[in-house]
Amino acid sequence: MAFLDALLNGLTLGGMYALVAMGLTLQYGVARIMNLSYGEFLIAAAFAAFWLFQVQAINPLLALVLVVPVAFGANWLIYQIMLHPLVKRSRDRGELEVNSILATFGLLFVIQGLVLLLFGSNYFSYTYISNVFIIAGSPIAADRLLAVGVAVVLGTALYLLLVRTRPGTALRAVSVDPRAAQLAGIDVRAASAMAFALGGGLVAASGVLVSMFTTFNASMGVVFTMKALIVVIMGGAGHLMGALAAGLILGLVESFVAVYVAPGLTLAATFALFLIVLLIRPTGMMGRAGA
Amino acid sequence: MMALSRTTLFGGVLLLAGVIGFALLPGFVGGYGLSMAINFLMFAILATAWAMFSGPSGYVSLATVAFFGIGAYTVAVLGERLPWGAVLLLAAAIAFLVALLVGLSTLRLRGVYFVIFSFGLAELIRQVVNWYESTQAGSVGRYVFLDITQEQIVWQLTAVLALLFIVGWLIERSRVGFALRMIGDDETVALHCGVNITLIKVLVFSLSAAFMALVGAIVAPRWTYLDPSIAFNPNISFQVLIMALLGGARRLYGPLLGVIPMVLLFEYLSTHFPHLFSVLLGVTFLAIVYLVPHGVAGLIEGYVQRYRKRFPGKRAESDIPKEGAL
Repeated sequence: MAFLDALLNGLTLGGMYALVAMGLTLQYGVARIMNLSYGEFLIAAAFAAFWLFQVQAINPLLALVLVVPVAFGANWLIYQIMLHPLVKRSRDRGELEVNSILATFGLLFVIQGLVLLLFGSNYFSYTYISNVFIIAGSPIAADRLLAVGVAVVLGTALYLLLVRTRPGTALRAVSVDPRAAQLAGIDVRAASAMAFALGGGLVAASGVLVSMFTTFNASMGVVFTMKALIVVIMGGAGHLMGALAAGLILGLVESFVAVYVAPGLTLAATFALFLIVLLIRPTGMMGRAGA
Repeated sequence: MMALSRTTLFGGVLLLAGVIGFALLPGFVGGYGLSMAINFLMFAILATAWAMFSGPSGYVSLATVAFFGIGAYTVAVLGERLPWGAVLLLAAAIAFLVALLVGLSTLRLRGVYFVIFSFGLAELIRQVVNWYESTQAGSVGRYVFLDITQEQIVWQLTAVLALLFIVGWLIERSRVGFALRMIGDDETVALHCGVNITLIKVLVFSLSAAFMALVGAIVAPRWTYLDPSIAFNPNISFQVLIMALLGGARRLYGPLLGVIPMVLLFEYLSTHFPHLFSVLLGVTFLAIVYLVPHGVAGLIEGYVQRYRKRFPGKRAESDIPKEGAL
């Protein structure tokens, strides 16, 4: 059943893309930082999970508990030390975007270089659970299913945090209008740092989850950054549900193109899709007009 | 009227001196010197062409290597079938057309959307070429056997660089250049002033793409073997961006000031610290963004302006650079 295989594969892939993109949509939508080194954090977390599993025999779910807080802290520091000066220096949002692209671009090389130095350029993978489930005649790996399950839990938790709590509401207010949020008594710098750090925590979690079922190497971060950016822009910056929908669509398109057209053309399909969405709705599927 | 100011004359003399210098260079240096000269000229053209569009307009493009690779691949496919001049023209024409198509559809995207798309455009073209070569053409790599020496590459690149400076200078002082700077300042205002913003952007973007493809085509005979991961190596886009920014993308001569130190630095890093290359590249990049935000050209002009403020009346009014974008 090629169709069902492609569908299941696409849904699990899309779920992972959605999770990866949710962190970026927080960083870009709330903190207004276009983070090009985003995928490098994912790869760094994947390598951390690999190291913890192979050398320290700590299972990936436990690794999640260790890696995510570290990534959260590191990203909070990066925002406060490295990125906030850029926010102060930039006159408007466009200038901040360019400045943050340039700065995080440098960071991309530093992190990638460090991972290369520590692990080399080989491909890595490990086997955590080797069971395979059969769903309606289609096989699906258990570790993949587990990763998607955790992704769903994390995504739901983030959604509730943003929609049901006061700090979450403050983050959403900053995403709508930083200046008005300040007038309402919200500490914009603290909220932005929090959003950036949350995004960093999420991408680290995605990295650990991704490492459970794919092979990865030190220079793959850019691919994840690209896909996350495409999902974020397609879904509308700062829009969680948009990221979810766009992530699923992207995963399904990739999976079906790989099965029915040619595996070598998945990226081409991704870009074609991206371009079509942007030409029809430049602010993304769920973005506000003029945002 | 072509009233040449003192600065322009000075620039013209420097350009002429540079051309003569590079034309005579092969008589004085060995193989290593020639290959450094090629590196230098190659990045000088790429960075200047990049800045010709991205500097005044503010559209940061990461698609440099897409056009460079198109040029290299034109040579790989057609190099042995057509005369050399025709291959070069064709490479430039193909890149111009591709840029035209891409530009028409993506340059209406503002700011970050454009960066992301150009960031992926090179990867997209690389994947498509890779897919075509491996499934339709039969093998991923191609061999380039052409009778073109290092000296000839240096001469051709020198000619292209000189041409680029003349074209860039003409654009800068024309209505097109003025419109492009206006777009960089405020696109909406430019639109309301009656500037055909899409036409201007696409035109200059395609022109700069044609120059990038020329470079790719001219240096292609250097590699005897070519595959998509060599011709479309994303590092080239990144290096060009760093060089142009370090030099200062707001002046025509700016990128050149970044290319000279960076080519030397890359050469030094890759021979002495091959393992740390990427880390040091990142640190250099961060240092530039934080310490020299307007590039070396900005620094120099800052000093010059301060000097002129202290000693007014020494220079003609027309020599003083205007404030603002450019």
